[in-house]
Amino acid sequence: MDFLLTPDPGLVFWTTISFAILAFILKKFAWGPILHALNLRNETIEQSLKAAERAKVEVEQLAITRQEMMDDAKNERDDLLKETRELKDKILAEARSGANSEADKIIESARKQIEAEKSAAIKELKKQVAELSVDIASLLIETELKDDNKQKAIIDKYLDNVNFN
Amino acid sequence: MKKFLCVLVVLSSIFCSAIYASDTHSKTEENEEAFDPTELIMHHISDSHVWHVVSWGEGENEKHIEIPLPIILINDGTFHFFLYSEFDHDTHIAESKGSYFFYHHGKIYNTDKHGNVEYDSDHHIINSKPLDFSLKRNVWSMWISIVIMIWVFTSVAKAYKGGPAKPKGAQSLFEPIIQFVNEDIITEQIGAEKGPKFAPYLLTVFFFIWFNNILGLVPFFPGGSNFTGNISVTMVLALITFFITNINGSKSYWKHTLTAPGVPFFVKVLLVPVEIIGLFTKPFALMIRLLANITAGHIIILSLVSLIFILKTIYISPVSILLTLVMFVLELLVAALQAYIFTLLSALFIGMAVEDHEH
Repeated sequence: MDFLLTPDPGLVFWTTISFAILAFILKKFAWGPILHALNLRNETIEQSLKAAERAKVEVEQLAITRQEMMDDAKNERDDLLKETRELKDKILAEARSGANSEADKIIESARKQIEAEKSAAIKELKKQVAELSVDIASLLIETELKDDNKQKAIIDKYLDNVNFN
Repeated sequence: MKKFLCVLVVLSSIFCSAIYASDTHSKTEENEEAFDPTELIMHHISDSHVWHVVSWGEGENEKHIEIPLPIILINDGTFHFFLYSEFDHDTHIAESKGSYFFYHHGKIYNTDKHGNVEYDSDHHIINSKPLDFSLKRNVWSMWISIVIMIWVFTSVAKAYKGGPAKPKGAQSLFEPIIQFVNEDIITEQIGAEKGPKFAPYLLTVFFFIWFNNILGLVPFFPGGSNFTGNISVTMVLALITFFITNINGSKSYWKHTLTAPGVPFFVKVLLVPVEIIGLFTKPFALMIRLLANITAGHIIILSLVSLIFILKTIYISPVSILLTLVMFVLELLVAALQAYIFTLLSALFIGMAVEDHEH
């Protein structure tokens, strides 16, 4: 049993040498590169996360800006539409009033013309009536000069029929 | 899972055949020799000049496959190199450069041409011994683990070339473990500033213990050596931790240890010797803890298998195999756990020693 707790110089010697060489080789070819790569990757991940965070904030900012721009545009459009509607109403109103006065004018001038035509027609009529009266008178004179009374009656009768209107 | 089942079936069939063979063995030679589990277990957990691979047959037909290992001896300033097979099969005597050596129960003694040995009253050989630097089984087991480690970790390191990328293959298996040791042990105990200086040693010692523990659990050649359960090995590792701790000790650490500031004088008289003893008990505890845990695991597994031969019945084998399987699983946990504990405590001691600020 004593071998369990008695160090063996040979094994101590070989273990020491082998372990030292192993530690050296692994330090140079394994732990060094691995830990370096792990640190590098940790840094990369950290930076990437930070960059992503920044990008997220930027995107949010952009979304806000876009919303603002859209709101502005909408307001502007609404204003424009409103203005346009007003303008249209105004133009329409103007056009309507213009048309009315024009129509009035036309009607007025038409009435004047009608009036003029009417008076002209009356004149013409009077003239024709006079001529007709003369004609009738001449006819009467030619045909029925025997009875004065009869003549008078006829003249009155015709005169009554000829109404100046 | 399928692979695991395959391995299980193969392992249990090996066990069963071994059991069958030994069952007949014990029946035929029942009267000649009694099975001695202590000898078998002690032979297994101790080091050896020859690597025994497998044996079969019985009586005169018994055959062994053994690899004779190189013997390196220093006797009176002369180096002797020869293979274990130089020792005569019957007389256990080997000759090299005019000197004669006698092999007895794992130890090599100086002797003369006729192999004369002298015994003391307790029947211990009192012949002088040459310095034995032989490449014994444990050394080869260690070298196998070292080759595996260098191969594994350099190929893992190669996978990191070409900038940060998603880990794959062996890299994704070992990266979390490396990161765990680096961050949860080293950075946690020593600090982010001083940790990287000690990371190579602590990472190496963690994987060295772990790989060798696992290799020691492999039940067939070239595994099964009780390397991390050998006091020479745990002593070397504990001593390295001891030297790293005390060489890198900061001023405040030494001041704290040697003068115990802030306590009354009569307490100091007691405290300072205790602190100085503590410098040595810490690595001593590291040494014994690893040795005891690993050796105990080997002894338990071998005892459970030996149960079959002690009780001389094959019907106990299901119980033995089941218990052995449970122990193997437990020992796999212990293999990692002891590596973790050794590394954690080493990091803790180093961390305490390099701490700068006053207490």
